[in-house]
Amino acid sequence: MERHQLLIIGGGSAGIAAALGAFEGGLRDILIIERESEYGGILQQCIHNGFGLHTFNEELSGPAYAERYYDLIKDNECIKFMYDTAVIGIEDHTLTVSGKQGLKKIEGDAIVVATGCRERPAGAIGLKGNRCEGVYTAGTAQKYLNKEGFLVGKKVFILGSGDIGLIMARRMTLEGAKVIGVAELQPYSNGLARNIKQCLEDFDIPLYLSHTVEAVHGDSRLESITLIEVDDKLQKIEGSEQEIACDCLLLSVGLIPENTLIERLGVKLDPRTKGAVIDDTYMTSIDGIFACGNALHVHDLVDYVSEEGKKAGKAAAEYVQGIRKQSELIRNVTGDGVSYMIPQSFHKGEDLEFMFRVNRVFKDCSIHISGQGLDKLIRKPGIVPSEMQKVKLKKEELEKLEGELKWEVIA
Amino acid sequence: MNLICISCPKGCHLNVEKIGEEIKVSGNSCPRGEVYAINETLNPLRTLTTTIGIESENYRRLPVISSAPLPKGRIMDVMRALKDLNVKAPVRMNDVIVSDILGLGADIIASKSIER
Ligand SMILES: Cc1cc2nc3c(=O)[nH]c(=O)nc-3n(C[C@H](O)[C@H](O)[C@H](O)COP(=O)(O)OP(=O)(O)OC[C@H]3O[C@@H](n4cnc5c(N)ncnc54)[C@H](O)[C@@H]3O)c2cc1C
Ligand code: SF4
Repeated sequence: MERHQLLIIGGGSAGIAAALGAFEGGLRDILIIERESEYGGILQQCIHNGFGLHTFNEELSGPAYAERYYDLIKDNECIKFMYDTAVIGIEDHTLTVSGKQGLKKIEGDAIVVATGCRERPAGAIGLKGNRCEGVYTAGTAQKYLNKEGFLVGKKVFILGSGDIGLIMARRMTLEGAKVIGVAELQPYSNGLARNIKQCLEDFDIPLYLSHTVEAVHGDSRLESITLIEVDDKLQKIEGSEQEIACDCLLLSVGLIPENTLIERLGVKLDPRTKGAVIDDTYMTSIDGIFACGNALHVHDLVDYVSEEGKKAGKAAAEYVQGIRKQSELIRNVTGDGVSYMIPQSFHKGEDLEFMFRVNRVFKDCSIHISGQGLDKLIRKPGIVPSEMQKVKLKKEELEKLEGELKWEVIA
Repeated sequence: MNLICISCPKGCHLNVEKIGEEIKVSGNSCPRGEVYAINETLNPLRTLTTTIGIESENYRRLPVISSAPLPKGRIMDVMRALKDLNVKAPVRMNDVIVSDILGLGADIIASKSIER
């Protein structure tokens, strides 16, 4: 059977970075398996600029960021790509892959899962009405437009104020479509402030906060939608319905880590992130299987995906070389205000970086980190759920800690 | 006046004060914020990203970007000027596709390499 030191599933930014990290960690036989015919993953359709300010000190487009990062490994003999090949099964450390030459099995000393995420589809949000043509996820519309040059609609309404939806509002406007509005269920936007400004306000596109789309209308093609207001408990307010004519509804209602493969293998998933439960070495509940990037938890910044991928690759390299952390695992527990923590548990003995999201908007607040032997408050001017938070704790701070570590936000 | 800096995803909240001829900016975390606030008050600029047609084995569109921000009010004119533009592979990232677009002082450059 074909065998490599490290197999990486997915050649997006996380997968490429993992390969680089594993190489720097000492591995010399790394294979990236990618189902598309090029590297870069989602970046290849994100033609807007806004990538790489941390990594390259420049603001690049998605494809340019991918290319710049790929250039770091392009001539590396130890990192190989297998394109047009989908991983369709995992058993222990053996992958079943399906490519142009049919099915085969490949074994790895370790595996990094970097499969990215998928969009929540229309079915997941219970839209009333016929299933008519003209309803797309924002990412699908983005792919059609930026890769094929095909505009999916002329009069567009967008549900969800996540960044993909906002970016598409501008993109479709530039291409000559009329974007009538964007509805957001929450009383705040889920996108970056800069995208509200440069994608909506620049083009006078209204943002309907505390609104949702209740129903779609049309026989074969979408003709209109019903917009409805919600109260502070997110319940629909009867009588607030308005019908809006449009030929296209884009859904930007959330991303879900893509983990069907490892879920079947029995890797423990976190119900909050929908990604694997990991320790500080990015190892999942199954020995030798690592996860990073959007497959682990949904990121807003590619720079962070690359950093995470690199660390996961390095950790996988240590694993392959037989290095294991011996100290006892400490669990992270989420308290009020915190929706998830990455990693879910960790070993002491090194400086560590923790990532989390809050579950609502906070102004003038503190992050409270506490456990037996550690008590720390970090003041913040404001935190919103759409921006991932990072906190570094020093080896010395963690040294005296026993039991578990609790994370909460105090207003 | 309050502005949100769009120069990077951090999105700092800026405060701009006009004192006579001088524009005073606060709230920025880096010097780019000040440049943005001054431009936004005097002449708003935006970087343009879009795609143009390409003749290639595997690709139909080439992503492009303006080499410098363009006056916000001229973005649609630039889009029209690029509408029917087609290039042939190979193209290298940063190749100039249109130099000094509409005399605005910025080039339209490729933001991806397409070999074939
Ligand atoms: C639409 C959108 C806009 C964004 N805008 C910005 C922005 O402006 N600035 C910024 O910094 N960040 C932005 N981000 C965030 C950032 O770019 C992404 O989070 C990051 O690129 C994700 O990288 P990834 O490698 O985890 O996933 P992906 O890029 O999705 O890569 C996963 C790869 O795995 C492959 N794959 C999946 N399953 C299999 C399988 N079974 N077998 C083989 N291959 C498989 C896929 O084909 C894909 O290539 C954006 C994200 C999205 C989705
Ligand atoms: S001021 Fe600097 S750090 Fe803040 S948003 Fe602007 S460019 Fe980013």
